Amino acid sequence: MSTILEINNLKKTYNSGDRHLTVLEGINFTLQAGDTCAIVGPSGSGKTTLLGLCAGLDRASSGSVILNGVRLDNLSEDARAQVRNQYVGFIFQNFQLIPTLTALENVMVPLELRGERNVKREAMDLLARVGLADRHDHYPTQLSGGEQQRVSLARAFSNRPTILFADEPTGNLDEETGDKVESLLFELNREAGTTLVLVTHDLELAEKTQRIIRIKGGHVVSDTGAPEATHQPYGSNIS
Amino acid sequence: MSDTKPNPDKPQLNIPWLLKMAWRDTRRSRGRLALFLSSIVLGIAALVAINSFRDSLQLAIDEKARTLIGADLVMGMNKEPDSLSMAIIDSVGTLGKRSDENRMMSMVYFVNSNETRLVQVRALGGEFPYFGAIETKPKEASRSFREDRRALVDHNLMLQYEAEVGDSIRVGALTFAIEGALHRIPGQTAMTAAVAPVVYIPRQYLPETGLIQRGSRVSYYYYYDLDEAVQPDTLGKKLDPRLEEYGMFYDTVETRKASMGRSYDELARFLALVGFVALLLGCVGVASAVHVYMRDKLATIGILRCLGMSGKQAFLVYLFQVMGMGLLGGIAGAALGSVVQLVLPELFKTFLPVTVDAYFSATAATQGVLLGVIVSVLFALLPLLSIRQVSPLITLRATFEHLTNQKDLLRWAVYGLLLGFIVVFSRWQLGTWWQAFYFTGGVIAAFLVLALLAKGLSWTVKRFFPTHWGYVWRQGLANLYRPNNQTLLLMVSIGLGTALIGTLFMVQRTLLSEVSLSGTKNQPNLVLFDIQNSQRDQVGELTKQEGLPILYFDPIVTVRLEQINNLTLADVRKDTTLEIKPWNFTREYRVTYRDQLSDSEKTEEGTWIKNQYSGSGRVPVSLEQRYAERIKVKVGDSLLYNVQGATMPARVAHIRRVDWNRVQTNFQVVFPEGVLEEAPQFHVLMTRSDNEQQAAQFQRKVVENFPNVSAIGLDLILRTLEEVVGQISFVIQFMALFSIFTGLLVLVGSVNVSKFQRVQESVLLRTLGANKKQILGITLMEYAMLGILAAAVGCVIAFGAAWALAVFSFEMEFVPVLWPLLVIFVVVTLLTVAVGLLNSRGVLNRPPLEVLRREA
Ligand SMILES: Nc1ncnc2c1ncn2[C@@H]1O[C@H](COP(=O)(O)OP(=O)(O)O)[C@@H](O)[C@H]1O
Ligand SMILES: [Mg+2]
Repeated sequence: MSTILEINNLKKTYNSGDRHLTVLEGINFTLQAGDTCAIVGPSGSGKTTLLGLCAGLDRASSGSVILNGVRLDNLSEDARAQVRNQYVGFIFQNFQLIPTLTALENVMVPLELRGERNVKREAMDLLARVGLADRHDHYPTQLSGGEQQRVSLARAFSNRPTILFADEPTGNLDEETGDKVESLLFELNREAGTTLVLVTHDLELAEKTQRIIRIKGGHVVSDTGAPEATHQPYGSNIS
Repeated sequence: MSDTKPNPDKPQLNIPWLLKMAWRDTRRSRGRLALFLSSIVLGIAALVAINSFRDSLQLAIDEKARTLIGADLVMGMNKEPDSLSMAIIDSVGTLGKRSDENRMMSMVYFVNSNETRLVQVRALGGEFPYFGAIETKPKEASRSFREDRRALVDHNLMLQYEAEVGDSIRVGALTFAIEGALHRIPGQTAMTAAVAPVVYIPRQYLPETGLIQRGSRVSYYYYYDLDEAVQPDTLGKKLDPRLEEYGMFYDTVETRKASMGRSYDELARFLALVGFVALLLGCVGVASAVHVYMRDKLATIGILRCLGMSGKQAFLVYLFQVMGMGLLGGIAGAALGSVVQLVLPELFKTFLPVTVDAYFSATAATQGVLLGVIVSVLFALLPLLSIRQVSPLITLRATFEHLTNQKDLLRWAVYGLLLGFIVVFSRWQLGTWWQAFYFTGGVIAAFLVLALLAKGLSWTVKRFFPTHWGYVWRQGLANLYRPNNQTLLLMVSIGLGTALIGTLFMVQRTLLSEVSLSGTKNQPNLVLFDIQNSQRDQVGELTKQEGLPILYFDPIVTVRLEQINNLTLADVRKDTTLEIKPWNFTREYRVTYRDQLSDSEKTEEGTWIKNQYSGSGRVPVSLEQRYAERIKVKVGDSLLYNVQGATMPARVAHIRRVDWNRVQTNFQVVFPEGVLEEAPQFHVLMTRSDNEQQAAQFQRKVVENFPNVSAIGLDLILRTLEEVVGQISFVIQFMALFSIFTGLLVLVGSVNVSKFQRVQESVLLRTLGANKKQILGITLMEYAMLGILAAAVGCVIAFGAAWALAVFSFEMEFVPVLWPLLVIFVVVTLLTVAVGLLNSRGVLNRPPLEVLRREA
């Protein structure tokens, strides 16, 4: 068991002019390899901000983020990009597929970025896995929201990440489609054994993870299932 | 599984894949990229065409320069050589072979058709030309006419007077048999041939023709074929001071090449300006297109960054795209330009001294392609650079502050590069560093003015926002300052575009007014000259008898200038800082005397010399303004003239401005009455006949009664001149059109790219229930505001720039015609609004969802 993500005393303040808005403060938690964790809280509580910091998309005002043993806050933007490419997968609320690339090409990008060749087979397999093999040459605008999100699932897993961040992955989908994407996400995650950080305000979805971190007004208000409390409380149904 | 595992610590660039990404990413924006492309294609094409033509012309001149003057060295003078000049002429003759030629204007008489015509008679002796040929039909005539009493006659004249080889022509008192038709003389252009057609006669018959008399104006030319060991230019330079002193001039292949270059300078400079402006417009187009394009690509870049692409890689993807477009644009432009340049020699034919064979100039084409790439990359660099700083955070939250807040020193480097490019490029096109600096300064100033104006507009609208206005007005105005507004971009690109087009238009007007002739109606079309003092009254009588008006009847006296405010020829030679050309002392002036200003003259300074000279003190004279500038004198300055041997102190009393475009006798110096009446002189009479018969009859009578008097019909010359002027105007307009077209394309392009900015919003408004009229109103408001302001400021800048160019670069009188600017203003404004409205039409006629999907 190794530590994948370690958050220490994280603080994020937005400065606009002479107004300072502290969005996150005193955040601490640690995730082990293979953990699944949900961050829940009301809208505007700082969930997206926290996720962005964890994934190295943004810089904290103070505190540190250690991802897979690498301290992100010391790294340059490009070095963090390199880390993301190696270890991180993303799923966004609004899918974020590249509009000029086909479904297949979108899935291939993370692999190609690594300089790998002959990645088409692998990408096709993944597309097949999310049930979109026959749509591989369609562009994002030709796909429905649910289909787009499935493509982005395939893309998220394509670089075999050690940790996967998902920001309200079903937020833009209707319930039925959302459910389908959800189960696909957990299925793929289980197969790959990836660490999962899931931001959601959907408690039902949050319940499917081992651990739930609730934040409100920028502070962690509860952290159920944390390894400090009980070792691997829901571990049995994962490993 | 993959074949290769990358080293996680060392990011690789992976260029081939980046190229592939660049290509894939163009997929949904090729239409827009084509627009970006079109703006540089025309610019490059104009440049390539102009530069290719310049190359072709230079090549032709270099290849044929020797045949242009037909000899190694030509010396000449406009009066009979005295013993001193003859000594030089003879001593140079010992260095090789020599041919002598006399040139004079004279009437010739076509025996068969019984008609007379003023021509330039050239009496040629010796072997001239030593290089090239006098082209005749039949070919051997150019040599064989010298052996007997035979003449060569300009082929157009022969056609006109229905003369054929073997017919007779009378020159002075002698009759010659026409040996052949003259087609081309070394160095002569079709234009000069039309104005002063040539008749060659063998020099040994010149005395018998009786054409050389006291007071007749004869030029003496000496052509040398020098020995190999003699350097014509060294020799010329060595002799120059003495030649000048004796009133002689010389020409070598090199000096001729240089002076030929100079005479096409103005045209070349204008063409260079056209090419330059066309390309600058292209640059504006590139900059604005890429700017907006990049804004649209932010989301994609954000995702790629999120997936682990480095800033450098993202930068390269789009750099490759821009380079590819630049390459394509450059190739297309070079191809188009190479085709266009094929027609240029045809257009310029009449006023070129050599036949220019248009050939494909690989240099110009390569330059074009390279320029396409360089210009695209350079002017895309600023928006491209910001790619490196796109934050991946944009994927989580669409913010305006999509860029990480690092200071980018590279931006300053790019500003420097852009400046450097404009300076170097304008130096290359315009020829001198000071022009390049002025031009660059002008462009920067225009840019700053427009940028400040845009900022000012946004600020003002925001500060004094009319909150009580209707919704449509408010929304339209608010678009000018809200985040992601296009005010700055459109203001600068429309304004610069307008300014460049306007400048070109105005300069074009100025050039055209320079070459145009004032209306030829009611102007003289018949000139008699060489009228002797004793013949003056009789000729006047004859003219009236024939029912013709005497429009001008001026006495002409030949004088020389000896001192300018006590400065002599020796002084100006010694001290070149005086900037007075020795030529002013060595040449002869043909002056007149009268008591009235003519209707083409205006007082610039001083008082007109209308009173008879009283006989005491310096003689008050009137100088033409440009001439006064050349010899650096003002009213009150003193001059010393030499009138046929007698010195005459004079004082500058009056400075005149003369309309040289009018057909009449114009003079640089006018004396008062009561001074020159007794000096040797002849008279010039100008009249106007209403039909050719009358003119022909009058000319015949003049030749019958006064054989020494020359009569010339101006109609033919004027018609030829008008043709030439028409051709020049056409060339100027043709080339200017190129740039103007580019400008319009850029304009449409700039406004069109902004479409993608507003579409999303309009769709949202539509979705929220805004009706067609409201959306059109909002759009109209925004674009009208931008169009009017940018076009107006552009026009003001154009006015200033055109003035500066006319005065400082072309050294011409600025013609402040305003209507072209008004037209441009209206067209640009309408175009801006029209393109803006057209763009929103796409939104209005389709269901919102479809639009959103399409533009995503
Ligand atoms: N760039 C920014 N500048 C200022 N405030 C911001 C910025 N981004 C987010 N915020 C604020 O931070 C808070 C947390 O936002 P967010 O992390 O998006 O919340 P959540 O994802 O939980 O809805 C919100 O109050 C939001 O207004
Ligand atoms: Mg959120």
